[in-house]
Amino acid sequence: MSIATTQKKGFGAVLWDYLTTVDHKKIGNMYIAAGAFFFLIGGLEALIIRIQLIKPENDFISAGLYNEMITMHGTTMIFFAATPILIGFMNAIMPLQIGARDVAFPFLNSLGFWLFFFGGVLLNLSWIFGGGAPDAGWTSYAPLSLQSPGHGVDFYVMGLQLSGAGTLMGGINFIVTIVTMRAPGMTYMRMPLFTWTTFVTSILILFAFPALTVGLFLLMFDRMFGSAFFDVALGGNAIIWQHLFWIFGHPEVYILILPAFGIFSEIIPAFSKKRLFGYTSMVFATFLIAFLGFMVWAHHMFTVGLGPVANAIFAVATMAIAVPTGIKIFNWLATMWGGSITINSAMLWALAFIPSFTIGGMTGVMLGAASADYQYHDTYFVVAHFHYVIVGGVVFGIFAATHYWYPKMFGRILHEGLGKLSFWLFFIGFHLTFFIQHFLGLMGMPRRYWVFLENQGLDTGNLISTIGAFLMGLGTIVVLINVVYTAVKGKKVSGDPWDARTLEWAIPSPPPEYNFKQLPLVRGLDPLWIEKTEGKGKMTPAEPVVDIHMPNGSIYPFIMTIGFFIASIGFIFQVDNNVWLLAVYFGMALALGTMVVRSLKDDHGYHIHKEDLEREAD
Amino acid sequence: MNGWMGKIRAVLMLSILSLVLAACGKENLTALDPKGYGADTSMDMIILTTLIMVVVFLVVIIVYSIVLVRFRRKKGQENYIPKQVEGNHTLEMVWTAIPIVLVLIMGVPAVMTVFDLADESEASDSINIEVTGNQYWWHFNYAGEEVVTSQDLYIPTGEKVYLNMQSSDVIHSFWVPSISGKMDVNPENVNTMYIEAYEEGVYWGKCAELCGPSHSLMDFKVIAVSPEEFDQWIADMQSVDPADEPQDAVAQEGKELFEANNCMGCHAIGSSPSAVGPNLTNFGDRTKIAGFLEPTEENLVDWIMDPESIKPGNKMTGKYPNLSEDEASSIAAYLMQLKPSEVTPESVGGIN
Repeated sequence: MSIATTQKKGFGAVLWDYLTTVDHKKIGNMYIAAGAFFFLIGGLEALIIRIQLIKPENDFISAGLYNEMITMHGTTMIFFAATPILIGFMNAIMPLQIGARDVAFPFLNSLGFWLFFFGGVLLNLSWIFGGGAPDAGWTSYAPLSLQSPGHGVDFYVMGLQLSGAGTLMGGINFIVTIVTMRAPGMTYMRMPLFTWTTFVTSILILFAFPALTVGLFLLMFDRMFGSAFFDVALGGNAIIWQHLFWIFGHPEVYILILPAFGIFSEIIPAFSKKRLFGYTSMVFATFLIAFLGFMVWAHHMFTVGLGPVANAIFAVATMAIAVPTGIKIFNWLATMWGGSITINSAMLWALAFIPSFTIGGMTGVMLGAASADYQYHDTYFVVAHFHYVIVGGVVFGIFAATHYWYPKMFGRILHEGLGKLSFWLFFIGFHLTFFIQHFLGLMGMPRRYWVFLENQGLDTGNLISTIGAFLMGLGTIVVLINVVYTAVKGKKVSGDPWDARTLEWAIPSPPPEYNFKQLPLVRGLDPLWIEKTEGKGKMTPAEPVVDIHMPNGSIYPFIMTIGFFIASIGFIFQVDNNVWLLAVYFGMALALGTMVVRSLKDDHGYHIHKEDLEREAD
Repeated sequence: MNGWMGKIRAVLMLSILSLVLAACGKENLTALDPKGYGADTSMDMIILTTLIMVVVFLVVIIVYSIVLVRFRRKKGQENYIPKQVEGNHTLEMVWTAIPIVLVLIMGVPAVMTVFDLADESEASDSINIEVTGNQYWWHFNYAGEEVVTSQDLYIPTGEKVYLNMQSSDVIHSFWVPSISGKMDVNPENVNTMYIEAYEEGVYWGKCAELCGPSHSLMDFKVIAVSPEEFDQWIADMQSVDPADEPQDAVAQEGKELFEANNCMGCHAIGSSPSAVGPNLTNFGDRTKIAGFLEPTEENLVDWIMDPESIKPGNKMTGKYPNLSEDEASSIAAYLMQLKPSEVTPESVGGIN
């Protein structure tokens, strides 16, 4: 496999390439593409929810279907859209930022992707084969989730279990990569903020996902094998599910928002032409947010009846998160202060993020005041709050990253006009949709309401909200058009189209398979900027041109995932008929057998020879 | 709580009174117009935290606007490189310290109010009501009074009423926004909260924890009456004899059908603690049918004929033989004349 072979390949060859690839850039692209696909599904579900709520006592969809919609919207968006798209960017960009040729475990990276993808596919198959999708909310509280008829919740359990395993692998992989594979001179305190947030996020994944795994495991046994962990009548305890879920669920919020913080911490300095203000405090604020993120899960449970002592402690801990978050907001503002700000699509998203996310953070502090939360809890106020955080923070971050890194990943630049159009549609739609919901909640509209009644003062607010949702949908469509247009006719760009600061911009766009022909020597924070302003304008190599050791592609991760996927389906349906246990045995045998083969067979990879590298033009 | 914060609140309330009246939602439903102790306490915290947060937001927005106006790249500056500032210790200390102070300002009253709202010291001397959440209706048992009802919870104004709440199936959450914040109703333990209504009236209650398809239809009401009227109502409820024959002939037939179809297997009339289905003792006085329909005989007939189409997933569907429309309307006539008391939702102003 020579790097010189760039001639067109047939569809089959391309497909095989992607099925077997262990290249972090291709895996990153697949994460983003699959995440975008699920984002569209989740978005359609959101629009159906908003159509149902366009007027009082509407009957666009039935009550049962509505509960399936809200469950699938939440689950899809959190687990199969936001998380994987961010992991995609981490995959595609983080190794480039630290001057690495790949992640530490390329094989594991591929396995992680396929597990996530088939987890998402499995969950969505519930619409067709589950007798209805899961309908107990994305939080799937017991005992409602135990009572839920059909196989919907079973699909939820197995789908999340599969993808959760994949995400956990990704987290471990990133931690090892960042600890062991930084280029010469890339000390921890010279790492770009996006790499830092990838690192901290991965640590969060490592500690948070096992709690979810345990919870899902117990739920699986309650639903499929007659245990009674959450069955009160048989001595179980339903509240335990809430603890397990939120011990995972609250850090999950930071798993989503910290990478977004990282993205903005790259974009704002790049387009302000200034180094990040207060780099050290940004790093420590990230750690502090991550640490506190594990200490506040019970603020989702203020109304459960944990008692005043627990509520008081968790209230104060929750409010304390405002401090490091505030530090970040002011550091971003100070970065721009005195800068020379260019406003393009990527920067527009970053600029819109600051006030939008500030509102989400503010309502977060307000929710933290437990005695006020007794009113906010489980109302549209909460819906508004977490959409301000997740959309105003995470989705804005994803769109910003798309515009910022698209040239690096694909060598073409997204269309500015379409970029701005999509921004304004989405931005206006977003605030129209969610700002009014703060008031709807306080005016007495609980969340997850299939209908709201006539003559309760909720009509106008809900109508406005629905209109806004459609604007967001339009904005998303324009982003899609932009991506398709750019892929076909977009302007080609050089390696460093933004005159940016970090290492990924020191190599060609799109990067070659091996990323860096010679590993670079890093002389400080913003290494490329240092070389551009004080050095030769390009990175100094830290090694001569030598043979580059590359890992071989492998179909094993895909086969293992197929095995687990078949076994999951077997688990779901063996409740109805024991014959399905055969699928469990077959699937597990396939997966474990592939693992054995993989373990016993040596794979030394291959080398790209230095003669080939030298033949490549710089 | 009502010292300095009361003053802030008075000023704020005056200044935004028009806004509040115009846009804070339906009276007796909205949390923004508190009419009970819990809602009031929560509102104090909502106002305090909102004020502080709006100030923070304004600071952010002012800095942000200055940045956007002053520091945009101008024409002819394409090669201008700004000074690369690492940071500023004083500034960073300031924007770390001020938020800490703000968190303390909010945290202390938050903790105080949390303990205040969880205070159970007066429970033994107060009215205690056992609340049971069911898919998709509410059961109320007045402890020690031999009074049982459902859907409409009668309480006296001006005193703390303790609710001891448990669910018979999945988790529900008891929320009367105008009177008090919510508390979950769990299957495994009894949660206690108190509510206190300041004024007489009919207040909307909602279930606030997803509990199945008809979660959004699990409405109930709190009827706050004067203490004298409350005593009257208790006495009236206690004197109900389920065996009393109705005056009206159709209603009499309805009573026979009610018995013949074993409706009492689930629905008690009188103070029987049975709670498979809603207690119907004062059904004729109820604000709504099935929690949200207008209390008319037609609606009740529709409900009896096909409850599933009205409240999907309810537990009544299929539990009794098919009834003809005539039979259903006789039963409706019987139920609608169950009006044991002069103290009704109408007598405190009705539902608006």
